[in-house]
Amino acid sequence: MISKQVVYKNRQRVFEEGIKALPDFLVSAYQHFGLQYPRFYKMDNLSKLGWLANEVLLQGGFEKERYKPEKIGIVLSNASSSLDTDARYYETVKSIPSPALFVYTLPNIVIGEISIRHQFKGENAFFIFEQFDAGFIEQYVDGLVNNDILHCCICGWVEVLEEEYKAALFLVEKEKSRDSVIFTKENLNKIYQLENG
Amino acid sequence: MDKLMLDLKAQIVAQLNLQDVKPADIGNDQPLFVEGLGLDSIDALELIVLLQQQYKIKLSNADEGPKVFHSVRTMAEYITAHQAQNS
Repeated sequence: MISKQVVYKNRQRVFEEGIKALPDFLVSAYQHFGLQYPRFYKMDNLSKLGWLANEVLLQGGFEKERYKPEKIGIVLSNASSSLDTDARYYETVKSIPSPALFVYTLPNIVIGEISIRHQFKGENAFFIFEQFDAGFIEQYVDGLVNNDILHCCICGWVEVLEEEYKAALFLVEKEKSRDSVIFTKENLNKIYQLENG
Repeated sequence: MDKLMLDLKAQIVAQLNLQDVKPADIGNDQPLFVEGLGLDSIDALELIVLLQQQYKIKLSNADEGPKVFHSVRTMAEYITAHQAQNS
């Protein structure tokens, strides 16, 4: 999870920094985790945030080789869609529109960036809700996993609007592992609200 | 031409946000796409914008793209030829 200049993994703080603008904080976190992916710098803030949260989620433990690429999917949600980038793109339209910004004027591009990075090819979807809806995520992802459409799913919330941001990603696997938490809306909500103590 | 190629390298790094590349790392004849600098199709569009913004040149024929954007040198030659035509 990434929120308010803190990065958490499995409920532990793994990186934090003093007050910094979102783009600078994301680059600091990227460098802190020793990531090497030049494409990161070209992404908009929403994709950077989601991509980074996913890297932290999967680092040190996730064995993607256990699954076929077609069985690993991504289901994300947020409140502001791609509005943060839409507004920036709109500004460029007044002179010469920026192609590099235009390609990020859809929220599900963050799913594409994560999929390109890891070669995930399973079912994916991006939903817009006023706030994080753990019940919906539980029900939707349960449906995908229980109907054998996916064996593994990265799901959660990735929201950016100006300086307000939050990413809370969950790795859901069909088989229970040693430290896993049962996939219920109550547990999703508990983890989502971690930053509030 | 040398000054123009130096300017172009700095402009390419800035326009394409190539954080891991220094202008001096780009060879004059190094291919910009695929096996060279590894630029992609969106970068190609950004290079067209760069020509418009910095040099007021509109690429009128899309088929010219691969030739014009092959390397920094081919871009500089295209700009120089275009400026000579319009002076």
